[in-house]
Amino acid sequence: MELFKWLNDQLLRMDWLAWLVRVLVEDGFGMDMASRTGASLHFFIYDVIKIFILLAVLIFSISWVQSYFPPERTRRILGSMSGFKAKLTGALLGTITPFCSCSSIPLFIGFTSSGLPLGVTFAFLISSPLVDLASVILLASIFNWSIAIAYVLIGLVLAVLGGTLIGRAKMERYVEAFVMHNPVLDIPQEQLTRRDRAQFAWAQVSDIFTRVWLYVLIGVGIGAAIHNWIPTGWIEALLGQENWWSVPLATLLGIPMYADIFGTLPIAEALVGQGIGLGTALAFMMAVTALSLPSLIMLKKVVKAPLLALFFGIVAAGIVLIGYLFNAFSYLFV
Amino acid sequence: MIIKILGSGCKKCITLSENTQAALDNLGREAQILKVTDIVDIAAHGVMSTPALVIDDNVVSVGKVLSAAEVEKLLCA
Repeated sequence: MELFKWLNDQLLRMDWLAWLVRVLVEDGFGMDMASRTGASLHFFIYDVIKIFILLAVLIFSISWVQSYFPPERTRRILGSMSGFKAKLTGALLGTITPFCSCSSIPLFIGFTSSGLPLGVTFAFLISSPLVDLASVILLASIFNWSIAIAYVLIGLVLAVLGGTLIGRAKMERYVEAFVMHNPVLDIPQEQLTRRDRAQFAWAQVSDIFTRVWLYVLIGVGIGAAIHNWIPTGWIEALLGQENWWSVPLATLLGIPMYADIFGTLPIAEALVGQGIGLGTALAFMMAVTALSLPSLIMLKKVVKAPLLALFFGIVAAGIVLIGYLFNAFSYLFV
Repeated sequence: MIIKILGSGCKKCITLSENTQAALDNLGREAQILKVTDIVDIAAHGVMSTPALVIDDNVVSVGKVLSAAEVEKLLCA
Protein backbone atom coordinates (compact mmCIF):
# COMPACT_ATOMS: atom_id res chain seq x y z
CA MET A 1 0.00 0.00 0.00
CA GLU A 2 2.84 2.35 0.89
CA LEU A 3 4.53 1.55 -2.39
CA PHE A 4 1.32 2.08 -4.32
CA LYS A 5 0.80 5.42 -2.64
CA TRP A 6 4.35 6.48 -3.45
CA LEU A 7 4.01 5.43 -7.10
CA ASN A 8 0.66 7.20 -7.29
CA ASP A 9 2.02 10.41 -5.78
CA GLN A 10 5.16 10.49 -7.89
CA LEU A 11 4.05 9.10 -11.24
CA LEU A 12 0.47 10.26 -11.36
CA ARG A 13 0.26 13.33 -9.18
CA MET A 14 3.87 14.16 -9.98
CA ASP A 15 4.76 15.51 -6.56
CA TRP A 16 8.37 15.72 -7.75
CA LEU A 17 7.26 18.16 -10.43
CA ALA A 18 5.29 20.28 -7.98
CA TRP A 19 8.43 20.48 -5.86
CA LEU A 20 10.67 21.36 -8.83
CA VAL A 21 8.32 24.08 -10.00
CA ARG A 22 8.14 25.43 -6.46
CA VAL A 23 11.93 25.70 -6.42
CA LEU A 24 11.80 27.43 -9.80
CA VAL A 25 9.16 29.94 -8.70
CA GLU A 26 10.73 30.68 -5.31
CA ASP A 27 14.43 30.63 -6.10
CA GLY A 28 14.41 31.10 -9.86
CA PHE A 29 11.91 33.95 -10.05
CA GLY A 30 12.31 35.04 -6.44
CA MET A 31 8.57 34.98 -5.81
CA ASP A 32 6.65 34.10 -2.72
CA MET A 33 4.50 31.01 -3.06
CA ALA A 34 2.01 32.57 -0.67
CA SER A 35 1.52 35.52 -3.00
CA ARG A 36 -1.13 35.46 -5.69
CA THR A 37 1.26 35.80 -8.59
CA GLY A 38 3.58 33.15 -7.20
CA ALA A 39 0.77 30.69 -6.59
CA SER A 40 -0.83 31.32 -10.00
CA LEU A 41 2.49 30.88 -11.73
CA HIS A 42 3.10 27.64 -9.87
CA PHE A 43 -0.35 26.31 -10.74
CA PHE A 44 0.15 27.26 -14.39
CA ILE A 45 3.64 25.83 -14.94
CA TYR A 46 3.03 22.69 -12.90
CA ASP A 47 -0.34 21.90 -14.49
CA VAL A 48 0.79 22.57 -18.05
CA ILE A 49 3.87 20.34 -17.74
CA LYS A 50 1.93 17.64 -15.91
CA ILE A 51 -0.89 17.58 -18.44
CA PHE A 52 1.49 17.54 -21.40
CA ILE A 53 3.50 14.64 -19.93
CA LEU A 54 0.37 12.66 -19.15
CA LEU A 55 -1.11 13.50 -22.53
CA ALA A 56 1.90 12.17 -24.42
CA VAL A 57 2.23 8.98 -22.37
CA LEU A 58 -1.50 8.28 -22.24
CA ILE A 59 -2.33 8.99 -25.87
CA PHE A 60 0.56 6.80 -26.94
CA SER A 61 -0.51 3.82 -24.85
CA ILE A 62 -4.19 4.21 -25.63
CA SER A 63 -3.52 4.54 -29.33
CA TRP A 64 -1.55 1.33 -29.15
CA VAL A 65 -4.58 -0.44 -27.72
CA GLN A 66 -6.82 1.34 -30.22
CA SER A 67 -4.81 0.04 -33.14
CA TYR A 68 -6.31 -3.37 -32.31
CA PHE A 69 -9.84 -1.97 -32.55
CA PRO A 70 -10.27 -0.03 -35.79
CA PRO A 71 -13.89 1.06 -36.47
CA GLU A 72 -14.40 -1.79 -38.92
CA ARG A 73 -13.61 -4.32 -36.22
CA THR A 74 -15.71 -2.49 -33.63
CA ARG A 75 -18.61 -2.63 -36.06
CA ARG A 76 -18.11 -6.37 -36.62
CA ILE A 77 -17.97 -7.06 -32.90
CA LEU A 78 -21.10 -5.02 -32.21
CA GLY A 79 -22.91 -6.55 -35.18
CA SER A 80 -22.47 -10.01 -33.70
CA MET A 81 -24.33 -9.06 -30.51
CA SER A 82 -27.72 -7.79 -29.57
CA GLY A 83 -29.71 -6.24 -26.75
CA PHE A 84 -28.14 -5.10 -23.54
CA LYS A 85 -24.88 -6.89 -24.24
CA ALA A 86 -24.44 -5.00 -27.51
CA LYS A 87 -25.10 -1.65 -25.83
CA LEU A 88 -22.74 -2.37 -22.96
CA THR A 89 -20.04 -3.50 -25.38
CA GLY A 90 -20.68 -0.40 -27.47
CA ALA A 91 -20.22 1.78 -24.42
CA LEU A 92 -17.05 -0.12 -23.44
CA LEU A 93 -15.57 0.04 -26.93
CA GLY A 94 -16.36 3.75 -26.90
CA THR A 95 -13.86 4.17 -24.09
CA ILE A 96 -10.94 2.94 -26.19
CA THR A 97 -11.86 4.55 -29.46
CA PRO A 98 -10.37 7.78 -30.68
CA PHE A 99 -13.06 10.31 -30.97
CA CYS A 100 -13.54 13.87 -31.89
CA SER A 101 -16.56 15.49 -33.41
CA CYS A 102 -14.91 15.09 -36.81
CA SER A 103 -15.07 11.29 -36.67
CA SER A 104 -18.60 11.02 -35.35
CA ILE A 105 -20.13 11.33 -38.82
CA PRO A 106 -18.20 8.55 -40.59
CA LEU A 107 -18.72 6.29 -37.58
CA PHE A 108 -22.42 7.04 -37.38
CA ILE A 109 -22.92 6.46 -41.11
CA GLY A 110 -20.71 3.37 -41.15
CA PHE A 111 -22.46 1.81 -38.16
CA THR A 112 -26.01 2.66 -39.15
CA SER A 113 -25.72 1.69 -42.80
CA SER A 114 -24.44 -1.74 -41.84
CA GLY A 115 -27.62 -2.31 -39.85
CA LEU A 116 -26.46 -1.73 -36.28
CA PRO A 117 -29.43 -0.64 -34.17
CA LEU A 118 -29.52 3.06 -33.25
CA GLY A 119 -29.42 2.17 -29.55
CA VAL A 120 -26.04 0.47 -29.92
CA THR A 121 -24.61 3.23 -32.10
CA PHE A 122 -25.69 5.90 -29.63
CA ALA A 123 -24.36 3.95 -26.64
CA PHE A 124 -21.03 4.09 -28.44
CA LEU A 125 -21.39 7.73 -29.49
CA ILE A 126 -22.24 8.87 -25.96
CA SER A 127 -19.45 7.00 -24.25
CA SER A 128 -16.73 7.92 -26.75
CA PRO A 129 -16.15 11.55 -25.86
CA LEU A 130 -17.33 11.20 -22.28
CA VAL A 131 -15.25 8.37 -20.94
CA ASP A 132 -11.88 7.37 -22.17
CA LEU A 133 -8.87 5.81 -20.58
CA ALA A 134 -7.00 9.10 -20.67
CA SER A 135 -9.71 10.89 -18.72
CA VAL A 136 -9.67 8.18 -16.06
CA ILE A 137 -5.95 8.52 -15.44
CA LEU A 138 -6.18 12.30 -15.52
CA LEU A 139 -9.02 12.29 -12.99
CA ALA A 140 -7.00 9.97 -10.79
CA SER A 141 -4.05 12.31 -11.11
CA ILE A 142 -5.92 15.50 -10.32
CA PHE A 143 -8.50 14.16 -7.86
CA ASN A 144 -8.19 10.55 -6.77
CA TRP A 145 -8.85 6.98 -7.85
CA SER A 146 -12.29 6.56 -6.33
CA ILE A 147 -13.54 9.65 -8.17
CA ALA A 148 -11.98 8.39 -11.40
CA ILE A 149 -13.59 4.96 -11.12
CA ALA A 150 -16.96 6.35 -10.08
CA TYR A 151 -16.82 8.70 -13.08
CA VAL A 152 -16.19 5.85 -15.51
CA LEU A 153 -18.91 3.65 -14.08
CA ILE A 154 -21.46 6.44 -14.14
CA GLY A 155 -20.39 7.48 -17.65
CA LEU A 156 -20.92 3.91 -18.86
CA VAL A 157 -24.33 3.74 -17.18
CA LEU A 158 -25.31 6.99 -18.90
CA ALA A 159 -24.16 5.65 -22.28
CA VAL A 160 -26.00 2.33 -21.93
CA LEU A 161 -29.13 3.98 -20.56
CA GLY A 162 -29.10 6.72 -23.18
CA GLY A 163 -28.57 4.15 -25.94
CA THR A 164 -31.41 2.02 -24.59
CA LEU A 165 -33.83 4.95 -24.42
CA ILE A 166 -32.95 6.09 -27.94
CA GLY A 167 -33.32 2.51 -29.17
CA ARG A 168 -36.75 2.24 -27.52
CA ALA A 169 -37.93 5.50 -29.06
CA LYS A 170 -37.94 3.96 -32.56
CA MET A 171 -36.26 6.92 -34.16
CA GLU A 172 -35.01 5.19 -37.31
CA ARG A 173 -37.20 7.36 -39.54
CA TYR A 174 -35.37 10.43 -38.28
CA VAL A 175 -32.10 9.30 -39.75
CA GLU A 176 -31.35 11.01 -43.07
CA ALA A 177 -32.25 8.66 -45.91
CA PHE A 178 -28.84 8.64 -47.56
CA VAL A 179 -27.31 7.15 -44.42
CA MET A 180 -29.29 3.94 -44.74
CA HIS A 181 -28.35 3.56 -48.39
CA ASN A 182 -24.70 4.27 -47.89
CA PRO A 183 -22.43 1.51 -49.23
CA VAL A 184 -21.00 -0.76 -46.57
CA LEU A 185 -17.37 -1.23 -47.22
CA ASP A 186 -15.77 -4.37 -45.98
CA ILE A 187 -12.23 -4.55 -47.11
CA PRO A 188 -9.91 -6.87 -45.26
CA GLN A 189 -8.13 -5.22 -42.37
CA GLU A 190 -4.47 -4.68 -42.99
CA GLN A 191 -2.17 -6.66 -40.79
CA LEU A 192 -0.33 -4.17 -38.66
CA THR A 193 3.18 -4.85 -37.51
CA ARG A 194 4.47 -3.63 -34.18
CA ARG A 195 6.21 -0.88 -36.08
CA ASP A 196 2.95 0.18 -37.73
CA ARG A 197 1.26 0.36 -34.33
CA ALA A 198 4.07 2.45 -32.89
CA GLN A 199 3.89 4.74 -35.90
CA PHE A 200 0.13 5.00 -35.57
CA ALA A 201 0.43 5.77 -31.86
CA TRP A 202 3.03 8.49 -32.47
CA ALA A 203 0.95 10.01 -35.21
CA GLN A 204 -2.00 10.12 -32.80
CA VAL A 205 0.11 11.83 -30.14
CA SER A 206 1.32 14.54 -32.50
CA ASP A 207 -2.12 14.89 -34.05
CA ILE A 208 -3.89 15.33 -30.73
CA PHE A 209 -1.10 17.47 -29.38
CA THR A 210 -1.33 19.97 -32.21
CA ARG A 211 -5.10 19.99 -31.84
CA VAL A 212 -5.33 20.51 -28.09
CA TRP A 213 -2.22 22.31 -26.84
CA LEU A 214 -3.86 25.69 -27.11
CA TYR A 215 -6.98 24.50 -25.27
CA VAL A 216 -4.77 23.12 -22.52
CA LEU A 217 -2.95 26.44 -22.13
CA ILE A 218 -6.24 28.34 -22.09
CA GLY A 219 -7.81 25.83 -19.71
CA VAL A 220 -4.92 25.96 -17.27
CA GLY A 221 -4.81 29.75 -17.60
CA ILE A 222 -8.48 30.01 -16.65
CA GLY A 223 -7.85 27.49 -13.88
CA ALA A 224 -4.95 29.57 -12.51
CA ALA A 225 -7.10 32.70 -12.64
CA ILE A 226 -9.99 31.02 -10.84
CA HIS A 227 -7.56 29.57 -8.34
CA ASN A 228 -6.06 32.80 -7.14
CA TRP A 229 -7.62 35.91 -8.63
CA ILE A 230 -11.34 35.55 -8.37
CA PRO A 231 -12.34 36.50 -4.82
CA THR A 232 -13.33 33.47 -2.80
CA GLY A 233 -17.03 33.40 -2.44
CA TRP A 234 -18.00 34.70 -5.88
CA ILE A 235 -17.91 31.35 -7.58
CA GLU A 236 -19.25 29.65 -4.53
CA ALA A 237 -22.15 32.09 -4.45
CA LEU A 238 -22.91 31.29 -8.08
CA LEU A 239 -22.21 27.57 -8.24
CA GLY A 240 -22.06 26.59 -4.60
CA GLN A 241 -23.69 23.45 -3.30
CA GLU A 242 -26.51 25.12 -1.46
CA ASN A 243 -27.92 26.47 -4.72
CA TRP A 244 -30.18 23.93 -6.35
CA TRP A 245 -29.52 25.51 -9.74
CA SER A 246 -25.74 25.13 -9.63
CA VAL A 247 -25.63 21.80 -11.48
CA PRO A 248 -27.94 22.75 -14.37
CA LEU A 249 -26.17 26.11 -14.62
CA ALA A 250 -22.75 24.43 -14.84
CA THR A 251 -24.11 22.09 -17.52
CA LEU A 252 -25.54 25.00 -19.46
CA LEU A 253 -22.26 26.91 -19.23
CA GLY A 254 -20.37 23.90 -20.55
CA ILE A 255 -22.45 23.17 -23.64
CA PRO A 256 -21.33 25.98 -25.96
CA MET A 257 -17.72 25.37 -25.03
CA TYR A 258 -15.79 22.95 -27.09
CA ALA A 259 -12.66 21.49 -25.65
CA ASP A 260 -11.51 18.08 -24.78
CA ILE A 261 -10.96 16.66 -21.36
CA PHE A 262 -7.35 17.79 -21.19
CA GLY A 263 -8.29 21.44 -21.36
CA THR A 264 -11.33 21.11 -19.12
CA LEU A 265 -9.89 19.27 -16.16
CA PRO A 266 -7.72 22.12 -14.87
CA ILE A 267 -10.82 24.33 -14.80
CA ALA A 268 -12.77 21.68 -12.92
CA GLU A 269 -9.86 21.29 -10.53
CA ALA A 270 -9.76 25.02 -9.79
CA LEU A 271 -13.54 25.15 -9.39
CA VAL A 272 -13.44 22.40 -6.78
CA GLY A 273 -10.60 24.28 -5.09
CA GLN A 274 -12.96 27.27 -4.88
CA GLY A 275 -15.46 25.25 -2.94
CA ILE A 276 -18.01 24.26 -5.54
CA GLY A 277 -19.40 20.75 -5.41
CA LEU A 278 -17.55 17.91 -7.10
CA GLY A 279 -20.73 16.99 -8.97
CA THR A 280 -21.11 20.54 -10.25
CA ALA A 281 -17.52 20.53 -11.56
CA LEU A 282 -17.95 17.11 -13.17
CA ALA A 283 -21.25 18.19 -14.78
CA PHE A 284 -19.45 21.16 -16.28
CA MET A 285 -16.69 18.89 -17.56
CA MET A 286 -19.06 16.33 -19.04
CA ALA A 287 -21.11 19.06 -20.73
CA VAL A 288 -18.01 20.52 -22.35
CA THR A 289 -16.76 17.18 -23.64
CA ALA A 290 -19.94 15.28 -24.48
CA LEU A 291 -22.24 18.05 -25.65
CA SER A 292 -20.72 20.64 -27.86
CA LEU A 293 -22.17 22.83 -30.54
CA PRO A 294 -19.68 21.70 -33.22
CA SER A 295 -20.53 18.05 -32.73
CA LEU A 296 -24.26 18.75 -32.68
CA ILE A 297 -23.92 20.70 -35.93
CA MET A 298 -22.03 17.72 -37.38
CA LEU A 299 -24.68 15.25 -36.26
CA LYS A 300 -27.37 17.45 -37.74
CA LYS A 301 -26.06 16.45 -41.17
CA VAL A 302 -27.08 12.84 -40.64
CA VAL A 303 -30.04 12.89 -38.28
CA LYS A 304 -33.20 14.98 -38.22
CA ALA A 305 -34.17 17.36 -35.46
CA PRO A 306 -36.33 15.04 -33.28
CA LEU A 307 -33.58 12.44 -32.93
CA LEU A 308 -30.96 15.10 -32.34
CA ALA A 309 -33.15 16.69 -29.69
CA LEU A 310 -33.73 13.35 -27.98
CA PHE A 311 -30.00 12.61 -27.94
CA PHE A 312 -29.26 16.07 -26.60
CA GLY A 313 -32.03 15.89 -24.00
CA ILE A 314 -31.03 12.49 -22.68
CA VAL A 315 -27.37 13.34 -22.38
CA ALA A 316 -28.04 16.73 -20.79
CA ALA A 317 -30.51 15.22 -18.30
CA GLY A 318 -28.02 12.45 -17.54
CA ILE A 319 -25.25 14.93 -16.86
CA VAL A 320 -27.43 16.98 -14.52
CA LEU A 321 -28.48 13.83 -12.67
CA ILE A 322 -24.87 12.68 -12.33
CA GLY A 323 -23.96 16.13 -11.03
CA TYR A 324 -26.58 15.93 -8.27
CA LEU A 325 -25.54 12.37 -7.41
CA PHE A 326 -21.88 13.29 -7.09
CA ASN A 327 -22.74 16.33 -4.98
CA ALA A 328 -24.90 14.23 -2.70
CA PHE A 329 -22.34 11.48 -2.27
CA SER A 330 -19.11 13.42 -2.63
CA TYR A 331 -18.32 12.89 1.04
CA LEU A 332 -17.61 9.28 0.08
CA PHE A 333 -14.84 10.30 -2.28
CA VAL A 334 -12.98 13.22 -0.85
CA MET B 1 -6.85 7.05 -63.76
CA ILE B 2 -8.34 9.06 -60.92
CA ILE B 3 -6.95 8.67 -57.45
CA LYS B 4 -8.72 10.08 -54.43
CA ILE B 5 -7.26 10.67 -51.01
CA LEU B 6 -9.97 10.75 -48.36
CA GLY B 7 -9.21 12.62 -45.18
CA SER B 8 -10.14 15.78 -43.36
CA GLY B 9 -6.84 17.48 -44.06
CA CYS B 10 -4.71 16.09 -41.28
CA LYS B 11 -0.98 15.49 -41.57
CA LYS B 12 -1.52 11.83 -42.32
CA CYS B 13 -3.55 12.60 -45.42
CA ILE B 14 -0.90 14.96 -46.73
CA THR B 15 1.77 12.31 -46.23
CA LEU B 16 -0.36 9.72 -48.00
CA SER B 17 -0.89 12.11 -50.88
CA GLU B 18 2.87 12.73 -51.16
CA ASN B 19 3.61 9.02 -51.02
CA THR B 20 1.04 8.38 -53.74
CA GLN B 21 2.61 11.03 -55.95
CA ALA B 22 6.03 9.44 -55.35
CA ALA B 23 4.65 6.03 -56.26
CA LEU B 24 3.24 7.41 -59.52
CA ASP B 25 6.56 9.06 -60.32
CA ASN B 26 8.45 5.85 -59.61
CA LEU B 27 6.20 3.90 -61.94
CA GLY B 28 6.31 6.66 -64.53
CA ARG B 29 2.53 6.91 -64.55
CA GLU B 30 0.23 9.85 -64.56
CA ALA B 31 -2.95 10.23 -62.63
CA GLN B 32 -5.14 12.91 -61.23
CA ILE B 33 -4.96 13.06 -57.45
CA LEU B 34 -8.07 14.48 -55.82
CA LYS B 35 -8.33 15.29 -52.16
CA VAL B 36 -11.72 14.65 -50.61
CA THR B 37 -12.02 16.53 -47.36
CA ASP B 38 -15.77 16.86 -46.78
CA ILE B 39 -16.70 14.46 -44.04
CA VAL B 40 -20.03 13.45 -45.61
CA ASP B 41 -18.32 12.78 -48.95
CA ILE B 42 -15.73 10.68 -47.16
CA ALA B 43 -18.39 8.69 -45.36
CA ALA B 44 -20.28 8.26 -48.65
CA HIS B 45 -17.44 5.97 -49.74
CA GLY B 46 -18.22 3.72 -46.78
CA VAL B 47 -15.00 4.76 -45.10
CA MET B 48 -14.84 5.09 -41.30
CA SER B 49 -11.17 5.66 -40.70
CA THR B 50 -8.98 8.04 -42.61
CA PRO B 51 -6.76 8.46 -44.48
CA ALA B 52 -8.17 6.27 -47.20
CA LEU B 53 -7.01 5.69 -50.75
CA VAL B 54 -9.46 5.32 -53.63
CA ILE B 55 -8.28 4.22 -57.07
CA ASP B 56 -10.89 4.61 -59.82
CA ASP B 57 -13.74 4.51 -57.31
CA ASN B 58 -12.44 1.41 -55.53
CA VAL B 59 -11.48 1.92 -51.92
CA VAL B 60 -8.18 0.09 -51.65
CA SER B 61 -6.94 1.12 -48.21
CA VAL B 62 -8.39 2.67 -45.05
CA GLY B 63 -6.89 4.00 -41.87
CA LYS B 64 -3.27 3.66 -42.82
CA VAL B 65 -0.58 5.94 -44.19
CA LEU B 66 0.75 3.74 -46.95
CA SER B 67 4.36 4.04 -47.99
CA ALA B 68 5.20 4.81 -51.62
CA ALA B 69 6.17 1.17 -52.15
CA GLU B 70 2.80 -0.02 -50.82
CA VAL B 71 0.94 2.37 -53.10
CA GLU B 72 3.00 1.11 -56.07
CA LYS B 73 1.84 -2.43 -55.31
CA LEU B 74 -1.78 -1.32 -55.21
CA LEU B 75 -1.39 0.64 -58.46
CA CYS B 76 -0.01 -2.43 -60.21
CA ALA B 77 -2.62 -4.80 -58.81
